[in-house]
Amino acid sequence: MNVITIEINGQQVQANKGEFILEAARRAGINIPTLCHMENFTPTGACRMCVVEIDGIRNLVPSCAYPVADGMKIQTHSPRVVRARKTIVELLLASHPDDCLYCVRSGSCQLQELAEDLGVRQRRYTGAKNNYQPDHSSPAIVRDPSKCILCGKCVRVCEEVQGVGAIDFINRGAAARVATAFDEGLNISSCVFCGQCVKVCPTGALRETSHLKRITDALQNPDKFVVVQHAPSVSITLGEELGIKAGTDVCGKMHAALRRLGFKRVFDTSFTADLTIMEEGTELINRVKNGGPLPLLSSCSPGWVKFVEEFYPEFIPNVSSCKSPQQMMGAVIKSFFAEKQQIDPSKIFSVSIMPCTAKKFEADRPEMKHDTTLPDIDAVLTTRELARLLKLYGIDLEKMPNEEADSPFGQRSTAGKLFGATGGVAEAAIRSVYYLMTGEELGIKELDALRGMDPIKEAHLQIGDLNVGVAVVSGLSNARILLDQIKAGRKDIHFIEVMTCPGGCINGGGQPIGTDIQGVTKRMQTLYKIDRTEELRVSHKNEEVQRLYKEYLGEPNSHKAHELLHTHYVKRKVTI
Amino acid sequence: MLTLQNENNLRCCDRCSHSADRPCPKFIDCITEGPLCHEDAKCKQMRLERLSKIRGEKLERPVIYVGAATCGLAAGADQVLTTIKSYLSEKKVEADVVEVGCIGFCAVEPIVDVQLPGKTRVSYQQVTPELLPTILDTALSGKVAEEHVLGQFPSQVVEGYPNAPSIFDHPFFVKQKRWVLANCGVIDPTSINEYIARGGYRALASVIRDNTPAEVCDNVEKSGLRGRGGGGFPTGKKWKFALEAVGKQKYIVCNADEGDPGAFMDRAVIEGDPHRLIEGLAIAAYGVGADHAYVYVRAEYPLAIQRLLKAIKQARDWGLIGRNILDSGFNLEIKIKKGAGAFVCGEETALLGSIEGRRGMPRPRPPFPAQKGLFGCPTVINNVETLANIPTVISVGWESFAAIGTQNSKGTKVFALSGKVVNTGLVEVAMGTTVREVIFDIGGGIANGKKYKGVQIGGPSGGCIPTHLLDTPVDYESLKTVGAMMGSGGLVVMDEDTCMVDVAKFFMQFIQRESCGKCIPCREGTRRMLEILTRITRSHRGESAKQALERFQSIIYLDRLANVIRDTSLCGLGQTAPNPVLSTLRHFREEYEAHVYDRKCPAGACSELLTYRIDADKCKGCTLCAKHCPSGAIMGAPKSPHYIVDEKCIGCGNCIQVCKFGAVVRE
Amino acid sequence: MVEQSTIEQNFDLTEILGRYKGASRDALIPLLQDVQDLIGYLPKSAVTQVANFLNLPTSKVYGVATFYNQFRFDPVGKFHIQICRGTACHVKGSARVLEALQRELNIKPGQTTRDGVFSLEVVSCIGACGLAPAVCISGKVHARVNPDEIKSLLKQYKEQKSAEVTV
Repeated sequence: MNVITIEINGQQVQANKGEFILEAARRAGINIPTLCHMENFTPTGACRMCVVEIDGIRNLVPSCAYPVADGMKIQTHSPRVVRARKTIVELLLASHPDDCLYCVRSGSCQLQELAEDLGVRQRRYTGAKNNYQPDHSSPAIVRDPSKCILCGKCVRVCEEVQGVGAIDFINRGAAARVATAFDEGLNISSCVFCGQCVKVCPTGALRETSHLKRITDALQNPDKFVVVQHAPSVSITLGEELGIKAGTDVCGKMHAALRRLGFKRVFDTSFTADLTIMEEGTELINRVKNGGPLPLLSSCSPGWVKFVEEFYPEFIPNVSSCKSPQQMMGAVIKSFFAEKQQIDPSKIFSVSIMPCTAKKFEADRPEMKHDTTLPDIDAVLTTRELARLLKLYGIDLEKMPNEEADSPFGQRSTAGKLFGATGGVAEAAIRSVYYLMTGEELGIKELDALRGMDPIKEAHLQIGDLNVGVAVVSGLSNARILLDQIKAGRKDIHFIEVMTCPGGCINGGGQPIGTDIQGVTKRMQTLYKIDRTEELRVSHKNEEVQRLYKEYLGEPNSHKAHELLHTHYVKRKVTI
Repeated sequence: MLTLQNENNLRCCDRCSHSADRPCPKFIDCITEGPLCHEDAKCKQMRLERLSKIRGEKLERPVIYVGAATCGLAAGADQVLTTIKSYLSEKKVEADVVEVGCIGFCAVEPIVDVQLPGKTRVSYQQVTPELLPTILDTALSGKVAEEHVLGQFPSQVVEGYPNAPSIFDHPFFVKQKRWVLANCGVIDPTSINEYIARGGYRALASVIRDNTPAEVCDNVEKSGLRGRGGGGFPTGKKWKFALEAVGKQKYIVCNADEGDPGAFMDRAVIEGDPHRLIEGLAIAAYGVGADHAYVYVRAEYPLAIQRLLKAIKQARDWGLIGRNILDSGFNLEIKIKKGAGAFVCGEETALLGSIEGRRGMPRPRPPFPAQKGLFGCPTVINNVETLANIPTVISVGWESFAAIGTQNSKGTKVFALSGKVVNTGLVEVAMGTTVREVIFDIGGGIANGKKYKGVQIGGPSGGCIPTHLLDTPVDYESLKTVGAMMGSGGLVVMDEDTCMVDVAKFFMQFIQRESCGKCIPCREGTRRMLEILTRITRSHRGESAKQALERFQSIIYLDRLANVIRDTSLCGLGQTAPNPVLSTLRHFREEYEAHVYDRKCPAGACSELLTYRIDADKCKGCTLCAKHCPSGAIMGAPKSPHYIVDEKCIGCGNCIQVCKFGAVVRE
Repeated sequence: MVEQSTIEQNFDLTEILGRYKGASRDALIPLLQDVQDLIGYLPKSAVTQVANFLNLPTSKVYGVATFYNQFRFDPVGKFHIQICRGTACHVKGSARVLEALQRELNIKPGQTTRDGVFSLEVVSCIGACGLAPAVCISGKVHARVNPDEIKSLLKQYKEQKSAEVTV
């Protein structure tokens, strides 16, 4: 007898024993507002927005944390409940800066939405407002504690999903707020800038450090040759931010839109994803041949790289020396492309569109400079910021024609495109490593074990006489699990792909806000569909990559390649 | 020192088989009534003599007892102690000096008792170092220093003094029913011997020998004992939940984080009779099947912590806690956790969080701690007074316990009486005693002949009781009906000089400071309520039309906020946070209205609302007031009457204080 | 907020940490209490050491430490004055005692006098309600404090301090 009957607003509703009222109500089509609720997390019951009235219980109870019981009679929208919710929103607004017109989250703010839904039309409670200094110290994320409603989602994501714990509540009562250790800047905290906190923040208390101004300035500067690259996952998610159905690939339209914005060249980062595979695959083969250090850890995800530098410095030698696809693209633009086109590299303004906030940090790393002075990348936009840029210039994405990316970095394999989802790097790597080691194609084989939303996935594959172990992790707390296994002596894994964000870049910290698991899965399906339907499915057959080697780099892991496409890492002194 | 036993020798003679490492179910009986392990009249005699010495029935030399709990020390007991010691050495008097806990009568501290061999113990009040030699001269010579006497402890064994009243006939004590406080201020809290000699640990011994845990829970439930710390949940029921819950480990936690400002009974019990708490805790642990206990005690109570640590060590040395207690197979480890100063940790789930090393933020219930508590295991949390009642419940039997009190509130309740009352201190009365009896009969009424206005009962979560409700009996339900609550039992008495809006503001400030900040209604709501209260009590000079409107709306908004906070807050602290406002609004609405509409504070406590005027007939024009006026509001030529410009006056009251002619009038 | 100007020493916590070998998170508060007993406050470096020792993010440790009244992040004066602002003390006029203390010391609650002799803290209740208003100076509770006596009370302590200096 696991199904019981409860009564919600006079209507009989089936509920599962042990589930919370909120779940049963939502299934029955009754929307109860929440602010602090997170699916699949233990409820904290902090915001009290979801309170409901239950027959026989004196106080209102939080539906997110109160289990159903047989015969329970619930009122979800009684006058008493609605008045309580409205008062709670009014109370939040009373201490909130209340500057929606200037807020980046206007329109996607849950507090604003609730105020609207509950019909708040008057400032009933007046008094002191939160007045904290915003923290602009980090290259990737801005924190504005005045706008924080202390729902605690960011704290939980940072600790429970990412295993970082850079932030927590400090102080008590009305002085309580979210802060780093010693309330110092995010830049000297252990924050890896993944931006998952930004994605769960219901208000404008967390946002990316905006590079929009840099880009509009550059686009208007006649002395600058402004080029742009876009990461594999951006074309899948941009549409959502502009009201297009989730999972729609707008790659061609986006190319057109970017050109209309004034970018002189539009490159596809998936090209350097293919390049990464050549470099990283070769590195893996060399490490296997030369006895390590193994397992090789992927280096595409900058949050993860910073995570290793902070928490697992002993694994720094294991991290692939390859730059990420963004940085590789930046490097070849200001070298090979500049030489070909005979443009002074210092005149090139190189922009990347990323699903990621940590990419802003990565672009800012001192190691990521061309000839030690010129940054590989000059500005990084998140998917959300690109949507803002399109709106700013009045570009209607849906009406754009489909266009191709520009040569010499326009071609990509579907393997490169798969980089956008967790497991994609590993899958692409295996396809090419198999070829590089055996001289034969792996054939059309989709590695199902490495696909999907599971946090940790593993596969073993016979390549020649070597049984290669590959593991795929997303979400840094899961990476901890795997690293601790390796520390404890596990030896069967040769390559680990780690994506900072759960699900990979399609769920990155720079992606549209308010996506649930189903949305992320849809994006993933779109990537798989692209891989299924296109011809070029392996990185080593990318002709433009081959040409780059032939004309400029020589061969994978050559001296020149090392100079441009590889980097190094350092143990970080931050407060962990 | 007198001992029933010492560590090396538990025995009266070699035939006695008891020691701490050889536990025996009859251990306590054996040393208090025995020996039971062997027959010997001489041994029996020896033991009886030891016991009567410890109980003060057969002294060899005088004993001087000094009430040296925190309150006694604050009143000067430490100086008294030094004076006694130098007195004794100067006069070459052989006497023992014993520091005891607090008998509860704070108003007359320091209290010194003197007992001569064969005579009753006599208690003296307000003993200053100056008075001490005279008192001791008289007392040690076998007489009673009558003008300082508080009373003698009546005894059937030793001879009393004809000219000293019984201490228990004193108005402060006569209406009390002292169960929990029975030993406080009487016995040496650092002596387990004395506790045992007076019947201590018999309840524990009998329970673990003769009862199953279920029976213990049952008996406690039948006694009608309810939690003394807050909501008044039936203790036996709570234990049963935990007993029936499944878990690899169970915990019992004693909440000694006495956070209610105005309550100090837990401190007094731990400082004055720590073994009672340990015994209660051990019985509770046995009843719920826990073998680990925590005492979460405020760091602000260093003496209590010290006494408790010592008592735990003694109990362990005696085999009364530890492994295989009294050969029953029951184990118990007790650990002390020092609180770090957060009122909200009085809330069960917050307290558990704090023990686990987290921020003391409450979490939603269910799951209740009895199912999922400390480290995810079934946990029972009881406060000190509840646990201190347990030995009594067992020793007098549940029937006798339930015979005291009212229909639904059984036994006694300790109240901390403070504020504008004559006899401040700790009083323990049977449930059902009226508030009037506590304040006027026991407490001696209002100090300085002022008029009673109200009493705040139950701390910041409670409410106040105005004059017309003084006959309310103290029991859980009656107090709830009048908008107050038992809480931990703080009684802060207020007189006509106390402004109830100011009191409400005070509590709101407290709650604001102590709110954990987790849930929105409590964090933000109390902040706004405090702002409204502050607005009401502030000067209205020069306020804008908008501010005036806000002032007129204040009572409506207070009411609305109070109801939402009560309805929606996460924990008990938040749900009861508006109580002081709701309760004062209910009983003293006219005082609010006087503030809001007439801009007056009837009690004269809200300084910004006072107006000052100079009586021209009395003013000599000395200019002193004008010189001391910080806002330049006083005008006038020297030697001619001055006057106050109302718009400039900030109401500080400096002028009234400096005027030598009584010419300044406050209205 | 941690005072920036405070010169951060590296405090040696070996002895304290040694007592907590193998401890888990529930030892956090006792550990911080011991550290504060030793140093008088919680310097940054000590908080970090405790965090590393217990394998907790420093942000968590800082979050816990700032939650509880007991923990301080700045050194206190030679004499630490805690004024009780409990209900009984309030009704008996502790607000005026606090005013007198602030006036005499010229500091606000949470601050330390420039000469480092006194620091002032407001506490919720020290359990001496029967003898309100109460002030606790470096562990000694003073009962029924009258605002007018504050001056002489502080003087006593000051003299105690200068007597120590001359010895």
